[in-house]
Amino acid sequence: MTTSRPSKPHALPAPRVWRLGGYAVLVQPRALAVFLILLALLLILSAAALSVGRTGMGLPRLLEVLLDPLSAGTGERMVLNIRLPRVLTACFVGAALGVSGAVFQSVTRNPLGSPDVIGFTTGAATGALIQIVIHGQSALGVTLGAVLGGLATAIAVYLLSISNGAARGHRLVLVGIGVGAILHALNGLMLVKGELDDAVMANLWLAGTLNARNWTHAGLATAGVALFLPPVLLAARRLAVMEMGDEMASQLGIPVERTRLAMVFCAVMLAAFATGAAGPVAFIALAAPQLAKRLGRSQGVPVLGAAAMGACLLVSADLLGQLQPLRLNLPVGRVTGMLGGLYLIWLLTASSRRVRPGKPV
Amino acid sequence: MQILIKPQAHLPAVASTRAGRRRTRLLALSAGLAALVLLAATSLVVGAREISPGIAWQAIFAFDPANSDHLLLRHLRIPRTLLAVTTGGALGTAGVLMQALTRNPLADPGLLGVNAGAAVAIAAAIAAFGVTDIAGQMGFGFAGAALASAAAYLFGGIRQGFDPLRMVLAGTALSAVLLAATQIITINSDNAVFDQFRHWAVGSLQGRGYAVLGPAAAATAAGLALALAMARGLDAVALGATLSATLGARPTLVWLACATAIVLLAGAATAAAGPIAFIGLAAPHLARHAGGPDHRWTLHFSILLSALLVLAADVLGRMIAPPDEISVGILSALIGGPVFVALARQRRQGVS
Repeated sequence: MTTSRPSKPHALPAPRVWRLGGYAVLVQPRALAVFLILLALLLILSAAALSVGRTGMGLPRLLEVLLDPLSAGTGERMVLNIRLPRVLTACFVGAALGVSGAVFQSVTRNPLGSPDVIGFTTGAATGALIQIVIHGQSALGVTLGAVLGGLATAIAVYLLSISNGAARGHRLVLVGIGVGAILHALNGLMLVKGELDDAVMANLWLAGTLNARNWTHAGLATAGVALFLPPVLLAARRLAVMEMGDEMASQLGIPVERTRLAMVFCAVMLAAFATGAAGPVAFIALAAPQLAKRLGRSQGVPVLGAAAMGACLLVSADLLGQLQPLRLNLPVGRVTGMLGGLYLIWLLTASSRRVRPGKPV
Repeated sequence: MQILIKPQAHLPAVASTRAGRRRTRLLALSAGLAALVLLAATSLVVGAREISPGIAWQAIFAFDPANSDHLLLRHLRIPRTLLAVTTGGALGTAGVLMQALTRNPLADPGLLGVNAGAAVAIAAAIAAFGVTDIAGQMGFGFAGAALASAAAYLFGGIRQGFDPLRMVLAGTALSAVLLAATQIITINSDNAVFDQFRHWAVGSLQGRGYAVLGPAAAATAAGLALALAMARGLDAVALGATLSATLGARPTLVWLACATAIVLLAGAATAAAGPIAFIGLAAPHLARHAGGPDHRWTLHFSILLSALLVLAADVLGRMIAPPDEISVGILSALIGGPVFVALARQRRQGVS
């Protein structure tokens, strides 16, 4: 994004530089504060998610059991063994999706960018459906299928959109649409031709759920974030410079094509681990980076903010799905889809109301 | 999308090439029409039960109510073939209108929430009222599609004038909400509900009789008439609101008429045959290749092409693995997807 407007001196809080030895970190005070607040909020939400449910557990008792697991009774231990993996999965899946979205929005220079633009989610669904419908259902197999399917799709879309050694954002999106449509049709084929029981299972997976998550899922999501968040953090500055345009970034000494490839790879891996752990979860990748960016008023790519925001959003969506009084089965992936869509509609109507009638939009 | 005004069009030299181009296009259209007739004839004889062309001829011109082949042809194959042509033509027209209105060559008629609206209405109809016959589902589907797109227009701020980007955003957001609702409905109901729904959701022409064909054809005819009447206005509107008003077109009128036509056409097609992806996006694309930027030509080519595509996908779906069928929605995406990717790869950078 290039702007020719003169910069207003007080429009943004000035970033500060923290130095330690030969290293320096650029810190934006407001973005840092937002990140810390979100982290605190995440702790509160997670504690709430751990303590509510059919068997209630008070906060003091919760802390006691967490600090000293041996003191827990059998019932309490069971509750923790069910709820703790679920909450951890929610946290890390949300964080992974948030960061993944932040990278895609930066790379495509489009505030609506997300891993979906390269057909990722559809490909992950294809992988999972192949496992569920054709090979029979095993939790680990489905997870693996989703990860591999998403990765294979991303690689295929990338390779198909290369011309003259470079994959431009525009063509990437077009090829993503085409490949996504093909895979979507394959998914439909499997859903229709498969056994009804398998198809029902597949439909449940497609909704993106946190029900029945165990330590495997939690470990998977955690590993994804642990492996692929650090490289994104390190490259965030480069990404921000690349938003000014490829030529400008090259002149500033950034290996543009290599950085983009590496970052898209990290973002796809993050989304793959997240989708493997919880199935497709809508809107987090889209909304978390935008919200973090607005709240933090930060320049550049809000990696940590998006991670914390994504985790907060997903944990609260899951809480909402569990606390609703109708006792419906509300998969978290659809709760986020509903809320995200309604939020977007509200944004649209709110901004159209601000336009005075008679004035052309 | 390139829209060019040709100021030298009245010059004699250009006029002769224009007439020549007109002849080529008319020729291409007639060839397409002939192909459609041929394909329709194929559609009558191909399927789980092969019917010889001779018997098909008899079934039409010397109908014998006691002959099961004649009955099959009259009550299943003929309405199915006609419905394929109808839905195809409807999708192709809706695609042209949508791409012209949004000035986006990648716009799909489903963008305004038509598919999602139909999906949620049909899922709710199956789950809550146990509607299992296709004609009954069609009514719900059409109502859902109409309501959803009306809501998308409202949320998109139609009262302040037509802003394509805002409209598409509203449609996308609404679709996300409605599709989430659809999935929540199917997850919280019996497996039988999902079984019904999954067969609708892939887009199929199987088992559609006259009860589906009648209303679908009526809505499509109305939408088609509206679209053809607006074709000239679309050329102007494609230049943008201000310029088109300067040229004497009435953009608001064109928008409203086209928006109504899109709902009628896409709603009827989706309600009758389920969501058929890609035809509405790809056919106008190909039609612009063949017919140039003039919307009157684009419309005719797009109608013909999309009818051909849907019918071909349906016939192919019956031929691949008889007696099983692969539904038309799946096959059209499986054929259209690679073509689309190839087109995207061919496009030179900077040309849109």
